[in-house]
Amino acid sequence: MNDLTPVDAASAAPAAGVGCVDAPVLRERGQREVFCGLTGIVWLHRKIQDAFFLIVGSRTCAHLMQSAAGVMIFAEPRFATAIIEEKDLAGLADMNDELDRIVAQLISRRPDIKLLFLVGSCPSEVIKLDLKRAAGRLSRIHAPTLKVLNYSGSGIETTFTQGEDACLAAIAGDLTPAAPAEATHLLVAGCLADIVEDQLRRMLLEIGISSVDFLPGRNSGDLPAIGPGTRYLLAQPFLTDTARILDGLGARPILAPFPLGAEGTFLWLSAAASAFGIDQAHVDRVTAPARARAEAALARIRPRLEGKSIFFFPDSQLEPPLARFVTRELGMVCVEVGSPYLNRQQLAPDLALLPAGTPLSEGQDVDRQLDRCRAARPDLTVCGLGLANPLEAEGLATKWSIELLFSPIQGFEQAGDLAALFARPLVRRELLGVRS
Amino acid sequence: MKLAVWTYEGPPHVGAMRIATAMKGVHFVLHAPQGDTYADLLFTMIERRDRRPPVTYTTFQARDLGGDTAELFKTAVQNAYARYKPDALLVGASCTAELIQDDPGGLADALALPIPVVALELPSYQKKENWGAAETFYQIVRALNGATAAEPKAARAPRGDRRPVCNLLGPTALGFRHRDDITEVTKLLASIGVDVGVVAPLGAGVDDIRRLSDADFNIVLYPEIAAPAADWLKRTFGQPFVSIVPIGAGATRDFITKVREVAGLPNGVDSAADDDLAGLRAPWYARSIDSTYLTGKRVFIFGDATHVVAAARIASTELGFEVAGIGTYTREHARDVRAAATALGVEALITDDYLEVEARIIALQPELVLGTQMERHIAKRLGIPSAVISAPVHVQDYPARYAPQMGAEGANVIFDTWVHPLMMGLEEHLITLFKDDFEFHEGSGASHLHASAKAAPATTETADAPRAEAAATRPEPEQIRIDALDPALVRWSADAEAELRKIPFFVRGRARRNTETFAASRGFGVITLETLYDAKAHYSR
Ligand code: SF4
Ligand code: SF4
Repeated sequence: MNDLTPVDAASAAPAAGVGCVDAPVLRERGQREVFCGLTGIVWLHRKIQDAFFLIVGSRTCAHLMQSAAGVMIFAEPRFATAIIEEKDLAGLADMNDELDRIVAQLISRRPDIKLLFLVGSCPSEVIKLDLKRAAGRLSRIHAPTLKVLNYSGSGIETTFTQGEDACLAAIAGDLTPAAPAEATHLLVAGCLADIVEDQLRRMLLEIGISSVDFLPGRNSGDLPAIGPGTRYLLAQPFLTDTARILDGLGARPILAPFPLGAEGTFLWLSAAASAFGIDQAHVDRVTAPARARAEAALARIRPRLEGKSIFFFPDSQLEPPLARFVTRELGMVCVEVGSPYLNRQQLAPDLALLPAGTPLSEGQDVDRQLDRCRAARPDLTVCGLGLANPLEAEGLATKWSIELLFSPIQGFEQAGDLAALFARPLVRRELLGVRS
Repeated sequence: MKLAVWTYEGPPHVGAMRIATAMKGVHFVLHAPQGDTYADLLFTMIERRDRRPPVTYTTFQARDLGGDTAELFKTAVQNAYARYKPDALLVGASCTAELIQDDPGGLADALALPIPVVALELPSYQKKENWGAAETFYQIVRALNGATAAEPKAARAPRGDRRPVCNLLGPTALGFRHRDDITEVTKLLASIGVDVGVVAPLGAGVDDIRRLSDADFNIVLYPEIAAPAADWLKRTFGQPFVSIVPIGAGATRDFITKVREVAGLPNGVDSAADDDLAGLRAPWYARSIDSTYLTGKRVFIFGDATHVVAAARIASTELGFEVAGIGTYTREHARDVRAAATALGVEALITDDYLEVEARIIALQPELVLGTQMERHIAKRLGIPSAVISAPVHVQDYPARYAPQMGAEGANVIFDTWVHPLMMGLEEHLITLFKDDFEFHEGSGASHLHASAKAAPATTETADAPRAEAAATRPEPEQIRIDALDPALVRWSADAEAELRKIPFFVRGRARRNTETFAASRGFGVITLETLYDAKAHYSR
């Protein structure tokens, strides 16, 4: 099953014309059926253990968080919403005073918090509440025990995973610039499950990259200074702004397919090794056992999915690398690969591996996209929670895309699990005797 | 600004969605950013609906703000009309669109669509979900009956020989057991000779709304949703309404009496016959001797006003519980809850702050918590048995089986659901008798419950453990005597603490609290074995 197109993973960008690198994209403008960037808080607040996320928004924002994180209600969350009220809008209360009061209240309840994010929302953006200034002021008030940063997770500016991008960009923007002479080290950017992070760290160490940091760190103080000695490698395909900030600090990117599947993980690790001047033969040797395990796991699931058609609704920007994974490693056929935003540069290595002619779409007009999906009647549809049950009721098998964000899917050891996520809806229909 | 961790209600436009989704042939165009589409999943995931809510969101973005969001809204309305061909259209704005002031009503009017268009004003920064639902339903009823309202039918035509007809008002999408309540109440009404004309908004189309005034009277099943519409129908068409909510055996009997009265049917039929008629088993179950152990169980109740008032009545008069506290998040109906609290001699907690509710539960140490999904989680964390009685609820509270809250079957369902999490009568006694049996102890949980029940006693244990340890390592305190003392400051001697731990866990919290209060009232700074038994004697009088 390994017909790897010989891509030099370490080279900056695949040549034009390869795969889908410069394939045409259907751009749509209509109703979008996606979460806003606030949703990223659901996993970010669990990842960064000494951080708190304070959304400055409306009851809608609070309700969104409740609906998206409802199952975690039994643990006290490290996020909350400062709900803007009528009296704030009418100017009867000074919003900055109100914010200071709420932050003080929060900090007295949670003195363990070291990093506070003020997270902007649509209402706070529209009324032009300056959260950057507020963060600066609050940082001064609560220094040195608490640092306050801000970013926007608003729905008018961010789609779903772009909230994580904005958050990581805020963290990156706050990192100390390193002296130019500093030794080279690797920064892996993008929130990963702890277990995945540990596996990838071990792998990178074995490969011979001794200094590896992950953004975000598990604690707010865990990050190194960033400068020309920094090589960064994205672990998630939605970090456009974060990359820009890192570039601005002098850090240099390593371009690679994303670490999904056996092939993706291998190429991702190889790219890192090559950037650090490590011999590919060594990488082959070190990764061989885990890679073989991953391939064996995939081989077991592949017969269930081979030749089956799949339709990706736009959701997390993970869609293109996932499409690469399901086509190349599971033999599926993409009917449409939608993404809220296509960063061609960062995705180039993945797009290069996608079969030429794969239909790509960017943005959304959900009604028309549903028409296309119904017409194509794919074997599997990857979509958001709002669409899944209605499509199931119409006889289509679905996989909720949010599970791809909430499950550990990256790395060799998770390749089989990732494949199983796609197989499960089909297995289930078989068990229940559902006919499409 | 107000700090919120979890919320009991969504914004008012979610209330409007609940009405639109409940109805047939109605489409809602909501001026809102893309992220607000999360609300769809409430219906498709939590309620497991098999189709998308009939809602089109304009999903404007930051780059549209400088340009023409109004044009975007008009296009969305046109496209939605062309695609879905609704019989009526609702238009409104979410919190963000409210700030950009595009006037959805005016814009939609300008399109001169050949269907009724109802423009909703949903003040997101003042009001909440239930208000939004009530307002939307009221506006729809008004808009669709405006023409006929010209000649108020103050005196309704006499009924003659025909069976009386009523409408059932209030059930919505995403309501707590609304689907089954309708079935149960319809059955109940049929059994006393009353027919149902229209059920609305759930399942109603535009034509149904237009014939609401044909009925002899209305029944307001959910006052939080239907009160304003019922008021308007009464003012406009002289249609009386019944607002007794038939949750519980007593309330169901009162409901029957009231319906007969309003329908002009003879009352005075004895209620035993009504119970037989309606298959009410709960009162007998409550009287059967196995239920003796329910006596005086301390219960805390929180939720929407209607369900809380009903639950308080059932708990105190139909199950013999002691209501330790009640409260509601619906400020609009706080008065009813306050009145119920006064009647029960407890203080009402009116708040939508989940942390306050949690603090109250911790302070009251009830043995059973009846509430929303939030109280279920609080209770789970504290190891207290609980049952869900009110929205908001999660996916598991939309059961596949028939499980109404109203009418006879509702009372039966409530008996089962509330009693199930508790330990059964003899089991409780056996555990008390054989405390030291290593396999049969409080930590093993009730025999009819699953492993999860284990968490409950364990947590009660851990709540006690630190204090017990502290007591054990402390040197034995001398008895101190002060005049007035805060119960929280009273300390336990090691032997009293050890004795307390022999008391079954489900009454231990109460014993601890009573003893502390007793000691404080006597000015004892330290509880000895003596004090413990003095307190026991004092309270068992
Ligand atoms: S889209 Fe905007 S208003 Fe809606 S939940 Fe997200 S940030 Fe809040
Ligand atoms: S996925 Fe299911 S259980 Fe989880 S939050 Fe959504 S509805 Fe609830």
